[in-house]
Amino acid sequence: MRYMLLIYADEAQQPDPDSGDAPEISPPWMEYTRWLMGQGIHIGGERLAGSASATTVRIRDSNRLITDGPYTETKEVLGGYYILECDNLDVALEAAARCPGAAEGSIEVRPIVGMPAPAPAG
Amino acid sequence: MTSPEPAPDRPAPERPVAERPAPERPHAAINQAIERVYREAYGAVLATLIRYLGGDFDVAEESLADAFARALETWPRDGIPSNPAAWLTTAARNRALDRVRRDRRQAEKLALLERLMPYTEVAKMQLGTEGGLQDDRLSLIFTCCHPALQLDARVALTLRTLGGLTTPEIARAFLVPEATLAQRLVRAKRKIRQAGIPYRVPLGAELPERLDSVLAVLYLVFNEGYLASAGESPIRRELCSEAIRLAALVADLLPERPETHGLLALLLLQDSRRDARVGADGSIALLEDQDRSLWDGAEIARGLAALDRGFAAAGRLSHASVGRYLLQASIAAEHARTRDGRSTDWRAIATLYEALARIDPSPIVELNRAVAIAQADGPAAGLGLLDELAASGVLAGYHLLPAARADLLRRLGRASEAAAEYERALAMSDNDAERRFLRRRLAETRS
Repeated sequence: MRYMLLIYADEAQQPDPDSGDAPEISPPWMEYTRWLMGQGIHIGGERLAGSASATTVRIRDSNRLITDGPYTETKEVLGGYYILECDNLDVALEAAARCPGAAEGSIEVRPIVGMPAPAPAG
Repeated sequence: MTSPEPAPDRPAPERPVAERPAPERPHAAINQAIERVYREAYGAVLATLIRYLGGDFDVAEESLADAFARALETWPRDGIPSNPAAWLTTAARNRALDRVRRDRRQAEKLALLERLMPYTEVAKMQLGTEGGLQDDRLSLIFTCCHPALQLDARVALTLRTLGGLTTPEIARAFLVPEATLAQRLVRAKRKIRQAGIPYRVPLGAELPERLDSVLAVLYLVFNEGYLASAGESPIRRELCSEAIRLAALVADLLPERPETHGLLALLLLQDSRRDARVGADGSIALLEDQDRSLWDGAEIARGLAALDRGFAAAGRLSHASVGRYLLQASIAAEHARTRDGRSTDWRAIATLYEALARIDPSPIVELNRAVAIAQADGPAAGLGLLDELAASGVLAGYHLLPAARADLLRRLGRASEAAAEYERALAMSDNDAERRFLRRRLAETRS
């Protein structure tokens, strides 16, 4: 099964990813990603830019509504994700528990529902 | 039990309904025996079926219900097989195969059939060996008590699948509408499927944490039956005996884990006092006032034996300490060993509460420790501790704090303060038996 680890964190506690003084990727995260690869369960993952850079789109009454910021105004915002291929939830939970983000923020573990690729147009 | 029985791997071939001879009217007695056997075998058989079916709870439940219907037809005629669990497993597995074959055109079901087929050989080997069936039950209880499920879903699923209680029975026991309970079960089974909650006994470092969740669910089931304010309805008693049965099963299957025996001992020792808990006037009877001849001696003996096994297991595990269930059971055992309330060793009980507070600190444990100290060293010593607890405010709204203060004030001769505390406790309690007790004490204090 494929799972997504959604990494939530309080941005106020984090180095600003958009400023020059934050390292590209810190050693614990590097090490964690290497561990996932070593386990053979790593499929992908990215870090997101700060939520201040987010823009939200909605269609209401056929009108496009564009608003500044993330969809929900909570303290913990989505900061990045991993996609893993695991035998079952316990394997995914173990991987989530080892994630550096679990110690400060929280990791939501969600199964990915496979979507068949749409037939090419024409 | 002596009549010829169908070979366990081959229930009698099914005849079309029209050819089937009119069933003889079975005796109520044999039907009751069949239901008892079914009830005992239910969890083990269902657990094995769920494994065969790659985790499909629904097909497993439906097929087992079919197998039970067949048992009701054939067992009165042929006798109850010597291994009813194996008979039911085989019959249910065959029904599951039939179900799947009928729906062959559905790709999803076909995939299921492919998963099923290799298991038929495995089944023949494992049927009849008690171990195979029991291991499945252990996997099932860990799946049902997985922390990824909500607590109330864990409880409902455990009772439904391992206990074989029906949905209406569980709904009645927990005083929730049947539709709510059914919905809870459906959601839990969907989450197991969608989230990929595995069907297995957790390994290594995972085991202690996951076992905690299993034991907590069983303790909650027991307490729901034991502490109920809704009186002595039979279904409430059923919860207690089911919790004890499952705790005994877990202790049997994981004998090296001390806390499995600790929980079993605790449940047995608490349950042994059930008949003495409420006095003739319907008010709750304090431990020291209980008629100890009403305590169940056989249950006490079983509880004390489980306690010994728990401490022996703790002694063998170098890294394991004695956990909260063994300590609580030890406290219950202090009372159980004392045939007369006056000779209770309150000093030992206070020490045990102290140990409990160290590993599992909580204001309730503090309250109990204070009560034990009051018994050992006199009401003034206990009152000091209770005053600190009251001042901290952590137990605001918990009726047993003013009730305990009232008792100590009464014993110190401070009647008017005691009466005020009894009144506060009365205002907070919604348990009839407790309220009766508090009202009686209040009246005595005022007279």
